[in-house]
Amino acid sequence: MIKLKQVSFSYGDTPVLHHIDLLVQEGEMVALLGPNGSGKTTLIKLLSGVLRPTVGDIHLDGSILSRMKRRQVAQRVAVVPQQFSMPFAFTLREVVLLGRTPFLSVFSDEGEQDHRVVQQAIERIGIAALKERFFNELSGGERQKAILAMALAQEPKILLLDEPTAHLDINHQVEILDLVKSLNREQGVTVIGAMHDLNLAALYFDRLLLLKEGRIFADGTPEKLLTAETIEEVFAASVQVTQHPLTKSPHVVVIPRQSPLK
Amino acid sequence: MFTRLKQNRRLLILLALGAFLLFCLLIAVSLGAVPISPLDIIKMTLNKTGLFHFTATWQSSDETILFLIRLPRVIAGSLVGAALASAGVLFQGMLRNPMADPYIIGTSAGAAFGATIAMMLPVSVAFLSFGLVPIAAFFGALGAVLLVYNLARVGGKTPIVSMLLAGFAVSAMLAAIVFLMVTLSSRTGLLQNVYSFLMGSISVSGWNQIIIIAPLIIGAIVAARFLAFRLNALSLGEEGAAYLGIDVERDKIIVLALGSLLTAAAVSISGLIGFVGLVVPHAVRLVLGPDHRLLLPAAALSGAAFIVLADLFARTVLAPSEIPIGIITAIIGAPFFIYLLRHTRREYAF
Repeated sequence: MIKLKQVSFSYGDTPVLHHIDLLVQEGEMVALLGPNGSGKTTLIKLLSGVLRPTVGDIHLDGSILSRMKRRQVAQRVAVVPQQFSMPFAFTLREVVLLGRTPFLSVFSDEGEQDHRVVQQAIERIGIAALKERFFNELSGGERQKAILAMALAQEPKILLLDEPTAHLDINHQVEILDLVKSLNREQGVTVIGAMHDLNLAALYFDRLLLLKEGRIFADGTPEKLLTAETIEEVFAASVQVTQHPLTKSPHVVVIPRQSPLK
Repeated sequence: MFTRLKQNRRLLILLALGAFLLFCLLIAVSLGAVPISPLDIIKMTLNKTGLFHFTATWQSSDETILFLIRLPRVIAGSLVGAALASAGVLFQGMLRNPMADPYIIGTSAGAAFGATIAMMLPVSVAFLSFGLVPIAAFFGALGAVLLVYNLARVGGKTPIVSMLLAGFAVSAMLAAIVFLMVTLSSRTGLLQNVYSFLMGSISVSGWNQIIIIAPLIIGAIVAARFLAFRLNALSLGEEGAAYLGIDVERDKIIVLALGSLLTAAAVSISGLIGFVGLVVPHAVRLVLGPDHRLLLPAAALSGAAFIVLADLFARTVLAPSEIPIGIITAIIGAPFFIYLLRHTRREYAF
């Protein structure tokens, strides 16, 4: 369970988030939506504990996040960012093994148990065939799966995503989100993800948070939140909302400002 | 089973490198103006332990040459090589920049600055049987790194790019001041001294310096080995490492301190020897992969062997005159490095 109480954050003198109140229960799947600069990424970083609130506290299962050791946090919370760059030629398996970092002490190398967890994570994500390939030589989608496997090797209770599909082709976007959803449904992993694609968010997430200028503007199911009026107000874009032909979830269609020449 | 295999492989590689280093040491002490046979060297050394009593098939002057001149020199050389290569591994790993080496964050310029000031002082002060120059170089190096670190520190963080830039700026400024001091000074021989310090040479007299420096260097390498897995995590960048539970700011300070200590200790023995800290870690990474748990000790052993061989070349090729070792490290090292770069599959990506 994650609880934020009146959490505010500023980078130096620039305020980014204002008085955020939020409660996420175990096993929920929550998407953060909002225009660029609305504070999605900052909120993910606060939840991961790498940034600390300027004001207010974040509670993780009853402990205050900013008082926990980084190691303790990383044993429960894993993060999949947009992308990682890796300057050295580690193999995919070596990268996934990095997910065990929070469980290793300074004096002991990884053991059988760690290798088992790594192997399971690799198989779960379906990249066993690639495991001896160099991480740098993989495609963007394969790399993102490797990072997801690395996060899985942390055996997290909470998985944070920071626009994990931003740089991917549509087939990889769907694959990654399918995997995340199955982790949520089958293993009960709590998922909180910053998303930029409203339709993907509506398809995969149960609860949406709309952020505007560092405040929570609305909080609810896709059906309730994704209306033309709300989206126009948050994103300042003209849209129409229809229904996804198969799932009946809301489907947002943009309306160009200039009528297309046809 | 998998773990055991991996660990055995690591151990085997390190044992092989250790054996190679011993072989290099033996060759290096046997060659010189007066050659001593390797067999005699082994016997003399074993006699020293008190457990063996081989009859002397050698002249007593051989013993003096071995224990008071050549052995200290090759041991000092291997310490310098191990220290510079390990420092290179630490800095490259932390800065995630294969171009980083001990000198890029100001260590070299700081050492040169300290050494030049010491050389300009009117008296040569004996201190712990060290010259004043190595001590001043040591503090110059540490001072420069601290300056760079603080300059690069913005709002509780030390972005790596600003460290590289600050390192470059501080190095350029210190180098300019060194040359200004040399230009303005009327001291005879100063230019020669500064020059030979900048070119590097393994010059130790007896064991005193080694007894002080050896525990520092070996201790720092052992401590660094404990950080090895965390350095692997740091390869993902500061943000990625933090997500994996690393206290990035704390680890950066530890790595920086160990790397500076290693560089400064090496510089205090040998002056500035370029190329080793940059190229040895690269070469080892290309062959054995980037896992710091193998890379660090393997680079230390390879760096030691590399300097011992380079120093052997430096003092025998044009004997009786010596070539500055920095020239040798570049002449042997560069072609070998280029060969590796073109013939291995492990490549760098940015």
